Amino acid sequence: MSFFENISSIQNIIYIFSSILFISGIKMLGKEDTAVRGNFLSALAMFIAVSVTFINVINPILVLVGIGIGAIIGSLIALKVKMTSIPEMVALFNGFGGLATFFIAWSEFNSIPSNNFQYLLVMITTYIGGVTFSGSVIAYGKLSETLKVEKSSIVTKLFTTFFYISIIYLLYSIFITKIFSPGFDFYTILLILTLLGGVGFVIPIGGGDMPVVISLLNSFSGIAAAFAGLLLLNNVLIVAGSLVGASGLILTIIMAKAMNRSIGNILFVGYASSASASKSEETGEVKPINVSDAYLILENASSVLVIPGYGMAVAQAQHVVRELGELLEANGTEVRYGIHPVAGRMPGHMNVLLAEANVPYDVLVEPEDVNPSMDTVDVAVVIGANDVVNPSATEEPGSPIYGMPIIEVHNARTVFVLKRSMSSGFAGVQNPLFFKENTRMLFGDAKESIGGLVTEFKE
Amino acid sequence: MEIYILLGFVLILSIYLGLELISKVPSTLHTPLMSGANAISGIALVGALVLGSDTQLQQALAFLAVMFASINVFGGYLVTNRMLKMFKKK
Repeated sequence: MSFFENISSIQNIIYIFSSILFISGIKMLGKEDTAVRGNFLSALAMFIAVSVTFINVINPILVLVGIGIGAIIGSLIALKVKMTSIPEMVALFNGFGGLATFFIAWSEFNSIPSNNFQYLLVMITTYIGGVTFSGSVIAYGKLSETLKVEKSSIVTKLFTTFFYISIIYLLYSIFITKIFSPGFDFYTILLILTLLGGVGFVIPIGGGDMPVVISLLNSFSGIAAAFAGLLLLNNVLIVAGSLVGASGLILTIIMAKAMNRSIGNILFVGYASSASASKSEETGEVKPINVSDAYLILENASSVLVIPGYGMAVAQAQHVVRELGELLEANGTEVRYGIHPVAGRMPGHMNVLLAEANVPYDVLVEPEDVNPSMDTVDVAVVIGANDVVNPSATEEPGSPIYGMPIIEVHNARTVFVLKRSMSSGFAGVQNPLFFKENTRMLFGDAKESIGGLVTEFKE
Repeated sequence: MEIYILLGFVLILSIYLGLELISKVPSTLHTPLMSGANAISGIALVGALVLGSDTQLQQALAFLAVMFASINVFGGYLVTNRMLKMFKKK
C-alpha cells in the first residue's frame, strides 16, 4: 500500500467518525434540552472532516485564505444580524452553500467526467446547486422586502418561463449532449439557465408561503451536497448532505400540512387561482374597542392566550408583548402563547422572536394542545395574525383555506384582534372572526396598542 | 460502477435515517433545526478542498467554492448557537 492510499483510508475512517458525530448532532438538535450540544457536536464533526481533508490539499495557502475570508464574512453576518432578520439570513447562508456546490460541479465538468454516470451527476449537481443559490437570493430579497414583484407581473411570468426552459434544457444536457456532442458550448448555457431557473422557481411564491420555500431550499442545499459527494466519491458529503436534505424535507412537509395544502399547490399554483371559490362577503358590524376598555377586560381575566403573527414581527412588538405578559402574570393571570406552525415567514419564526424577548418556551403552545380547552380561555389576543385564526377554515367548505388547521380563538370567551386596518390576510380571504359576537377590534399599531395596555397596568 | 452502487446505498440509508431522526421536532426548534442543518450543508467545503486545479478556471472555482462554503459553515453554526442560547425554560 502506497503512502497516499494510506492517507486516503485514514481519511475515510475519520469521515465515518465525523458522520457519526453529524448524526448524533442533528438528532440532539431536535430536542430542547440537548439542542445547544447537538449544534456543537455537528460543528465539531465539520471541523474534523475539514481538517482531515486539509492534510493533502494541493494549495494550502490559497485554501486558508479562502476559509479565512469566508469565516470573517460569515461570523460578522451571524453576530451582527438582528434577530428579526433571521429568516432572510438563513436564506442567504443557504444560498452560499448551494453556490459552493454549483462551483464544485462546474469545476468537475472541466475535469472531463470519465463515465456516463459521472456526467449525469455533474449536470444534476450543477442544477440543484445553482437553483438553490439563485432561489435563495430571491427568497432573501423577498424576506428582507428589498424585492417586490407582483405575482401577475410580466417579470414573474418571464422568469417562470425560464424555470420550465431550464428543466427541459437540463434533460437535454443529461441525455442528448453525451451522444450528439453539440457544436456550441452547451454547458455555459446550462449554467446561465440554471441560475435564471432558480429565480423563476421562487419569484412567483408569495409571502405567507415563504416558510415552505425556505424549508425546501434548505433541503435542496443538502441534496446538492450529497450529489457532490457522489460525484467526488466522498462519503461524509453524502451522509451530511442527506441529513440536511431529510430535515429540510420534514420541515417542508410540516409546513404544508399546517396549511392543508400540497407542496405542489404551494409552489406552482398559489392562493390566487383557488381564491375565486370564495363566496362569503361577510358584512357584519365590527366592534372596535379602545385601550382602556381592553385593559379592564384583561385585568379581570384569569386565562389569556396570545396569538402572534407576522404583524407582530413587522411592528417589532415582541418586547412589549412579553412585558404585558409579565404584568398579567403578576396580576394572577395565566398567560400562554398560541403558536401556529406557519405564522410568520419561516418555520418557527414566532418562537425565535418571543425567545429573543425572553419569553420562556414552555408557555408556548401548539394549536392541537390549546384548541380543546379554548372555551376556558377568557381573552385571546390576536396580534397581527389573520389566516391562522380564520374560522372559515373550519366552518366554510367553499373557502380557499378550508381544512387548514387553525387556532380556534373564536371559541374563546373574548377575542381581541390587534390590527392596523380591515385588510385581509395573505390568502386574500375575508376573516369572519372580525364580525363575531365575542370579537373586539383594537385598531392601530400593535406595538403602540400593547404599549398602551402596559402603561394602564403600571398605573 | 460498483462504487456508485455502494455510495448510492449510503445515500438512501442516510436520507432514511435523517427522516427517522427528525420526524418529531417541537415547533420551538423549527428555526434552529433549519439553520443548524443549513450549517451542515456547508460540508460542501470538504468537497471544495479536493477539487482539481489544472486550469486557472478550476483554481478560481475551487477558491470561490471554499470561500462561499466557509461563509455557510461559520455563519450557520454561529447564528444557530446564538438563537439556541435565547431559548429559556421558565
